Amino acid sequence: MLSLSLALTLAPPAQAQPANDPAPLSFTDSGEERRFHALVAELRCVMCQNQSLADSNAQIAHDLRREVLALMRQGKSDGEIKDFLVARYGEFVLYRPQVESKTWLLWFGPALLLLAGGFAVARIVHARSATARPADTRIDEEQEW
Amino acid sequence: MNKSRWLPLAVFAALAVLLAAGVWLSRNPDREKLPSPLIGKPAPAFSLPVLHEAGRLLTSQELRGAPYLLNVWGSWCPACRDEHPVLTRFAETKRLRVIGFNWKDEHADALRWLEQYGNPYVVVVADYDGKSAIDWGIYGAPETFLVDGRGIVRWKFVGPLTDKVIANELLPELSKIEKAR
Repeated sequence: MLSLSLALTLAPPAQAQPANDPAPLSFTDSGEERRFHALVAELRCVMCQNQSLADSNAQIAHDLRREVLALMRQGKSDGEIKDFLVARYGEFVLYRPQVESKTWLLWFGPALLLLAGGFAVARIVHARSATARPADTRIDEEQEW
Repeated sequence: MNKSRWLPLAVFAALAVLLAAGVWLSRNPDREKLPSPLIGKPAPAFSLPVLHEAGRLLTSQELRGAPYLLNVWGSWCPACRDEHPVLTRFAETKRLRVIGFNWKDEHADALRWLEQYGNPYVVVVADYDGKSAIDWGIYGAPETFLVDGRGIVRWKFVGPLTDKVIANELLPELSKIEKAR
């Protein structure tokens, strides 16, 4: 069963990628290179889905990296570049989804869970201290006997 | 006292349900397919060389007026080879124009592929550098878009088309477009 599910997850997708070898990107200076690497690490490869654009070797990732660099050189801000990709590939390309009504649960869910947990613990502690006191007095009464 | 003894069991049951739901959702084979943000929006404007006519450019504007099917393929794409007979059968029904979008291919390879397997397309445009493909949000081949006569993207399918997909998804979408006109 495990090997079957492994085989299913590892099976190559029905789609394919062009195989021609792209030329590596070259940067004008280290600042540009740093900004580029920070940006592509935040973007997801649309083909491979569990790799960032920076890590992926898929052809579409090469093309998108080149496009990102081209947009940087056109003077676009990081936000504008992300918007450009979201308009084409959807929110999916962002590793950090934008804060909006449909992602509230994702952003604030963990904090809510923590609050709920804290509340539950506080109630249990409170209930225990409330039941402990009458028991103490009862023991005292027993001692009087 | 009794109530707090049941609490761990309730938490465990809730977690079990949550994990089971995760496993159940992951069984959906389509979960890796991305919905296209283009659906309901105008198709990206393009001006691309026509594969079979040197020097001629086809623009998205010229395709307006009637719905068309844009099929992304490449000679390097094995799944396109599987899709080809299905697409050919559909193109022969002449329900709508089938446009080929040859993605990041070598000109000669693309021509040879069509010669070998047959050309189901009314016209084939070639996106040699893959720039237009980014505008379409293409990330693999084959992918197929249905665009209506006003140039609005109405439907997208990722992966090789099958007779079932054409009957159950494409044709209903197409009749919706035809009814609206």
